[in-house]
Amino acid sequence: MRQRLVRLGVLLLFVAVTGAAFAQSGSQLRFCLHSEPKTLNPVLMADESSETVRYLTGGVLMRLNRLTQQLEPELATSWKVSEEGKTISFKLRAGVHFSDGTAFSADDVAYTMQQLMDPALHSPTGDSFRSAEGKVITKVEAKDRVTVIFPAPVVGLDKLFDQVAIMSASSPKKEMAVLGPYYVAENKAGSYLLLKRNPNYWKHDAAGVQLPYINSVRLDIQQNRDVEMLRLVRGEIDFINAVDPEYFDKLAAQAPGTVTEAGVSLDSEQMWFNQVASSPLPAYKKAWFTSTNFRRAISNSINREDLARVVFRGHAQPAVSWVSPANKVWFNAKLQPHAFDQKAALQMLANDGFRLQNGVLRDREGHAVEFSIITNAGNKYRERMATMIQQDLAGIGIRLNVVTLDFPSLIERITRTFDYEASLLGLVNNDLDPNSQMNVWLSSAEQHQWNPEQKTPATTWEAEIDKLMRAQASTLDQKKRKQAVDRVQEIVWQQEPFIYLVNKNAMSAVSKNLRNAHPVVLRPQVYWNIDQLSLGSEVAQNR
Amino acid sequence: MKVARITALAFLVVVSAACLFADFVAPAPYARQFRDVPDAAPSHQHLLGTDSLGRDRFSRVLYGTRVSLLLAPAAALLASILAALIGGTAGFVGGWLERCVMAATDLFLSLPWLFLLITVRALLPLNTAPFTSVLITFALLGCLGWAAAARVICADARTFCQSDFILRARASGSGGFRLLWRHIVPNLKPVLYAQFWIAVPVFILAEANLGALGLGVAEPLPSWGSLLRELESFSPLSSQPWQFVPLVLLIAVVSCFHLAMKKQELSV
Repeated sequence: MRQRLVRLGVLLLFVAVTGAAFAQSGSQLRFCLHSEPKTLNPVLMADESSETVRYLTGGVLMRLNRLTQQLEPELATSWKVSEEGKTISFKLRAGVHFSDGTAFSADDVAYTMQQLMDPALHSPTGDSFRSAEGKVITKVEAKDRVTVIFPAPVVGLDKLFDQVAIMSASSPKKEMAVLGPYYVAENKAGSYLLLKRNPNYWKHDAAGVQLPYINSVRLDIQQNRDVEMLRLVRGEIDFINAVDPEYFDKLAAQAPGTVTEAGVSLDSEQMWFNQVASSPLPAYKKAWFTSTNFRRAISNSINREDLARVVFRGHAQPAVSWVSPANKVWFNAKLQPHAFDQKAALQMLANDGFRLQNGVLRDREGHAVEFSIITNAGNKYRERMATMIQQDLAGIGIRLNVVTLDFPSLIERITRTFDYEASLLGLVNNDLDPNSQMNVWLSSAEQHQWNPEQKTPATTWEAEIDKLMRAQASTLDQKKRKQAVDRVQEIVWQQEPFIYLVNKNAMSAVSKNLRNAHPVVLRPQVYWNIDQLSLGSEVAQNR
Repeated sequence: MKVARITALAFLVVVSAACLFADFVAPAPYARQFRDVPDAAPSHQHLLGTDSLGRDRFSRVLYGTRVSLLLAPAAALLASILAALIGGTAGFVGGWLERCVMAATDLFLSLPWLFLLITVRALLPLNTAPFTSVLITFALLGCLGWAAAARVICADARTFCQSDFILRARASGSGGFRLLWRHIVPNLKPVLYAQFWIAVPVFILAEANLGALGLGVAEPLPSWGSLLRELESFSPLSSQPWQFVPLVLLIAVVSCFHLAMKKQELSV
């Protein structure tokens, strides 16, 4: 009898172990986060890992389709933005429930807006709605109708709701009750997060099968990119959302067919000269850096094709201006990247009185042209770009000193002491709407890096940019906005306060097991259609 | 042991000679970018292949070794002199001066030197030529690396001051500077040599650490630190064993420095 019991126990254990392994391999999507999510509260999320969790778990009123770059209805079946851009009215989907079974209604939208705009919470997502001082009013008109009124027009108002995960006003689970395809089932600090399929998710596919197809998502915290890549090759994870050029090539050689290049991304790498009037630079250097001819000449002396080919191994494109060609709506297609033309550069410099003597470029007063460029230590791509620019500029007799600084020291110099000459940094851009860059282009803005927080615009072209950016921000007429943004791109292309170098390509690696994955340039590149992704077997299981 | 010492010395001589005559030995200038062949494998044109910007790796190893091998001993010499002055004086004078100096030395030793170096490096003027940045880096290492040696020298100087032969010298009328210069300093020489030889590989590694953080020698000048940074890109998925040459050379040189030291120097 005892032997039988032991046998039965062993058999049950075997069944349990193999069953669990089958279930895990058949319906669990795995990928890596590079850091631990700092919060699971959707209102407070700002870091990339937290945003990943929000994307996978949060239900939104409308979603920007990352492929078409158009808004699509989600929890709101329709919406209307008022003509002055201050009010948005939603009609909500009926019969939707949170992951814990609580019913979804207009009260939840009102509660979310109240949390989002609560000044005590300092919500990073809420900040993008703050166009002016004043209270945001949310009117619940019916169970399925709600209107949000802002104190001033908010440009691109509807698109901002792509980031707003609706929270339950009445659920005892608070922010852990979600409307998205998954909910957080387990959170092992520093190790992994396990998300399970939301049994109440409202979406179904064309055949009537409830989405998402995949039963669970395991997010492993893994900082080391090499380990992440090895895990993909071994089949332990299903995709890498953003792959570096070096890793891309290695993976292409090691596991062909897993890597995809979606095309040029919104991210840019650029350099700029310090044009702050009160900076501790000598007057003759200030004169160089504020000269359009000087900046244009430097720009023309940089071989952007080589930067893209050598530093980024061909996985980048020469940049044109501040709007990437990836931005289908706002990019000014009339503009082309500045050509590598050192003869033209020397001609432009000659117009400003510079002359080449024994291989050394000198200004009108005889000063040899030499300046330093700072970038953040540890970013090998920027260090390599700076070294290549160093050799390019040597071709027109300029000595460039490359200085790598730890990030806090660099920020101190470019934002407080202004004790630097040129800087090379990049911009990670998540937002398609140019309005998100108001904090860069207004001359009074803090992020107007070459000469921030000006009381009045220092140059006529900066005054024109101010006027155009304000004009595009104060109208909802898409045509007028496009005209203004196109003109700003032209001015930036002509004046080059930022010398745009390259736009990196969006690259991902996806296991062959993962189906319906169509990596795109916008974040999140691979799992933007998470509820449509499939590992193969679970569709049949769900049926 | 003698054979190992001679072999180590011979290796150091060969490496030093190759680096000193790098202008003649190197097949290409260390900064020249062959942009059509980045990350190339070893070939007739590029004996150790090229780096990610297409620069000849063999040339860069030669010049980088020259930079590290010349300036690390210079920094070690500076640190040893400072240690001799500070530790020797404290040990010789003794009393409250010795206690104050040793307290300051302990404070210096307790500072996180790497962060200190990063901070000091960030405060330096930006417009410095690459070679000046090398000099500054090693000068900083020398100025910050005296404390441990000063403690040892102070202890030795104190022991000598209390020894019989110094007592006799005092009794026969020697005192002050003459006592220090004629009797104590000659006896401190073995300790100073040992501290010097210990400091050389330490400074080589310190520069390598700074270089690995991107805060050492400025581009395009190579050093072992900047060459070791290439290993950041090393991946088991695409083996390029020639990337390890600077690391192997660094280990070999540091080991040879230790082997080349006399047994009694090591035992000090």
